[in-house]
Amino acid sequence: MRRSFIARNPSILVFLACLALFTLAITLMSEATGAGLISTSFVKTLGKTLCLCLVAVAMDLVWGYCGILSLGHFAFFGLGGYMVGMWLMYARTEIIVAGSLANAPLPPTPAEISDAIGSQIFGVVGSSDFPLIWSFAHSFWAQMALVVIVPGLLALVFGWLAFRSRVTGVYLSILTQAMTLALSLYLFQNESGLRGNNGLSGLQNLPGVGAGQDAVSMWFFWGSALALALGYVICAWVVSGKFGSVVRGIRDDEARVRFLGYSVEGYKLFIFTFTAVIAAIAGALYYPQAGIINPGEVAPIASIYLAVWVAIGGRGRLYGAVIGAALVSLVSTWFTGGLVPSIRLGFYTVDWVDWWLVLLGLSFVLVTLFAPKGIGGLVDLITDRIAPNRHGADYGPDKGALREGEGRK
Amino acid sequence: MIKRILPALALVLGLVIAPILPTHVAQAQEQAQEQAQEQAQEQDQAAPADSIRPILSENAALIIESSRRTIQPAIDAIAASGLPQAPFVLVTWADRDMWQRKSDGLFFKAVKNAKQYDLIDFDTGEIVATVDKDAIDQLKPNSGIRAEIAVALVKFQLSDPDPAKRAEALDAIERNGEKSHLAPLRASIETEQDAALKARKQHLETLLTIRFDADTDTRIAAIEKVAGDTGVDVRATLNPLVATTLKAARTLPDAPNVAREIKPGFDLLSREDAYQLLVNEGLAPRLLNDRDLRDTLTANITDGAVGGVPVADLGTNAARNRAYDALVAAGQADAAATTDEIDEIIDDFTFYETYSEPNSEVTQAANAALHKSALKVGLMQFLDLSLDALSLGSIYFLAAIGLAITFGVMGVINMAHGEFIMMGAYTGYVVQLFIPNYTVSILVAIPLAFAVTFAAGVAMERLVIRWLYSRPLETLLATFGISIALQQLAKNIFGTQARPLTSPAWLDGGLVINDVVGISYIRIAIFVLALIFLCLFLFIMKKTRLGLETRAVTQNPKMAASMGINPEYVNMLTFGLGSGIAGIAGVAIGLYAKVTSELGQDYIVQSFMTVVVGGVGNIWGTLFGALMIGSLQKGIEWFNPSNTLAAQTYMIIFIIIFIQFRPRGIIALKGRAAGD
Repeated sequence: MRRSFIARNPSILVFLACLALFTLAITLMSEATGAGLISTSFVKTLGKTLCLCLVAVAMDLVWGYCGILSLGHFAFFGLGGYMVGMWLMYARTEIIVAGSLANAPLPPTPAEISDAIGSQIFGVVGSSDFPLIWSFAHSFWAQMALVVIVPGLLALVFGWLAFRSRVTGVYLSILTQAMTLALSLYLFQNESGLRGNNGLSGLQNLPGVGAGQDAVSMWFFWGSALALALGYVICAWVVSGKFGSVVRGIRDDEARVRFLGYSVEGYKLFIFTFTAVIAAIAGALYYPQAGIINPGEVAPIASIYLAVWVAIGGRGRLYGAVIGAALVSLVSTWFTGGLVPSIRLGFYTVDWVDWWLVLLGLSFVLVTLFAPKGIGGLVDLITDRIAPNRHGADYGPDKGALREGEGRK
Repeated sequence: MIKRILPALALVLGLVIAPILPTHVAQAQEQAQEQAQEQAQEQDQAAPADSIRPILSENAALIIESSRRTIQPAIDAIAASGLPQAPFVLVTWADRDMWQRKSDGLFFKAVKNAKQYDLIDFDTGEIVATVDKDAIDQLKPNSGIRAEIAVALVKFQLSDPDPAKRAEALDAIERNGEKSHLAPLRASIETEQDAALKARKQHLETLLTIRFDADTDTRIAAIEKVAGDTGVDVRATLNPLVATTLKAARTLPDAPNVAREIKPGFDLLSREDAYQLLVNEGLAPRLLNDRDLRDTLTANITDGAVGGVPVADLGTNAARNRAYDALVAAGQADAAATTDEIDEIIDDFTFYETYSEPNSEVTQAANAALHKSALKVGLMQFLDLSLDALSLGSIYFLAAIGLAITFGVMGVINMAHGEFIMMGAYTGYVVQLFIPNYTVSILVAIPLAFAVTFAAGVAMERLVIRWLYSRPLETLLATFGISIALQQLAKNIFGTQARPLTSPAWLDGGLVINDVVGISYIRIAIFVLALIFLCLFLFIMKKTRLGLETRAVTQNPKMAASMGINPEYVNMLTFGLGSGIAGIAGVAIGLYAKVTSELGQDYIVQSFMTVVVGGVGNIWGTLFGALMIGSLQKGIEWFNPSNTLAAQTYMIIFIIIFIQFRPRGIIALKGRAAGD
């Protein structure tokens, strides 16, 4: 008899338990629901980190399991943020406008309200008309559906075009990077209808919610934790079993899987689109906590960072992605926040705000060269997972194939 | 005239001052002023017939007021006097050397002489008095007035013995020609000795004739003379002649010069715009817009209702219209035009465009002349666009040629390639800090940049890349780490602000073929540099031992090794070569772009796309890729010149689609060289 899904993957239970404990601990220490030991802004930082962990899990699925080094998943993340941001901005401005028009001698007509909202939102780019892409911004449910539909559709079309012409390996990475660059350049234009480089702002204020930021940040923290837990379990489920074996086979030797009769393009397209949707949902949870989204967030470099988090955490294992994203983004916040004491060398003072990126860059190099398993590899010390002896050969001929050191005997 | 104005002025002044000053002081001042005027008048009468003094006195009030709005008559009066000393007065005035003597109100040129001022009479040019500073007032014309004076001076300067002065006058006419310039310009052509100035004068005379001459035939002759000329000045002269304005009338008038009749409702003129035109000209009643409707309703609220409709219900347009109709019925508001009425009114009128130039023969000639030059201008614009595309293509080629070696030949994804470009640019900057001569410094910087980036490339290959040759995706991440480390390092050393990399003086300016076609010398230099690199690359790859070994190692490292080639050594040198070329490209790019730590980042994605589009492993492919991307971007920019971001966006989308059809690029390697 087959063992159950959870029994075959004990790491899921461990991960869920850790996440639950962490959430509980933060809840008890927060200002809104606990002792007030940690500030609201730190709760937001932790909530955002959970969202980044979720997008890293998606990245691990597409790169670590399917071998597609996509440099475009942060674009989907940003698109999700834009979609939710449109509703937040519209709904909040609508409340403000309705309040100011209520004092007018005549009750406002729908057209007047819409005009007033338009000039409030688009005043910064010298326009007052609603572009076509804002057609659904008034409706919460429609816009929430767009969070999934727009990035999903973009990934579907792009993936279909790329996979059917058998673009693989490095070329695919460059192509996804080009897509990200095109998207961010498009968003930078005022004509794009998304306020150009001003981006969408004021997203931290939930329309129609009277509660303070301390409570709202806790809601989002819980929401992010829940999304991460669900996303983790679903991704783990996808990669377990037969489907997961085929996906890993594609990573290591795509041609062989194709000759075995599997529709490689279909599998790749599913994984690419599915992870894009997860990334979009993570983004939709992230940006209301960040409060602002602008095209700079979608720039190609963000997507490379995402790949680096997964590499540092250890690709091909979902908890590795979570560890990498959480560690690098939190340590990054710590260093760039100026909280780390400077090192005085006598002739020069190493100020970590300036030198952190140098340190980070060099540590990527070191991890890539000497620790292909990443930080997640430390887990192998307490489990019985050891690397196979393949005499220095990779798992397969494909560019994304696991290296000898990354594998499991 | 002056007898009436000045006492009145004094009276006003007196009235204003009187309440402030004790009465006797005011009276004393009034008396003093009257005395001064009497003296001035006496002196005017005493002046000889060819004196400029009466003109100055007549316009004294305007000159003293010194306001750009009102000064024109005074300048005109001086310039039109025909007196030989008029330019002297104007120059003095513009140079702020004109002073007014307080005692008699006369104007002089004052020159500082020790602690006093010498007063020079305008008529005689001699010193007539030497006074203290508090006896005279300086006139301080503002920049607006000085510009007006300069225009007036042009007439005198056209025949100035100094050629520089004459050229200056022609510049002024080019900027701001006037009808009054025509006669002096014509008069000065005959006597002009300088051939170049004479040609300019004749050209200007033709343009001014087209604009201002009274005689139609002369104008048409002048227009025919310049027909087909592509110069901006010619087109700027002809275009206003054929500019049209839209008008409406009940019947089509014969005169003035009607260009054509327009039927409202077609694409040129919508019915809404047509009606709006009638409203603007006062020929039709205003349409009732939403704002007026709201204001009218607001003004007529009585007992919480408007026209019987409760205010609370007025949240829809239907309810508002109902309330308005009720107001109209009650006679409290004007009836708004209905759709039928609007149609009727529009049909009642004829819409037509008229030329602002009333003479139809002139507009016909101008249209013909413009038509003749239109094709020429179009061709020129295409040529100019092609030159732009070529120069952008060569910049992309320069940025990508190093990648064509490291990525194209060796298959190594080097994300730090952009940072090598940046290092080259900063090397150029540092060299300029030590060598002030720009020409020498560039000549030193180019080999030095090559050396620096060659060393960096070799170090990177030895330390990082050689461990990852079969793992391009890992190389991508590792080199990205190096890229952000190098970028931050550059920021720490050179700061975040842009550093200048100044080009030698002989690269300043550009090659201007005519008003439409032109290209800067730096871009030509970059183009030439790109060509040199292309030849260098071909030479190294096809004719040298290193090239042969590189190709062998790329195709089959094991076989090459068994033939006695050291693959490690060859890889190291090849990677160093690619990096070194990136460094030289950095110097070239730094010459026209600002040198910042993000310099390389701007080129990295485009460079990779250039190599991928062109076809990996083939330098001609890289060349075609760069040219294609360059011309594509310029071509898209041509449709919407204000939005270069959109051009880049569409270019990338085009490339993504292009890759679908030619996944291996423009020139695809075939057979074993393709690798897989």
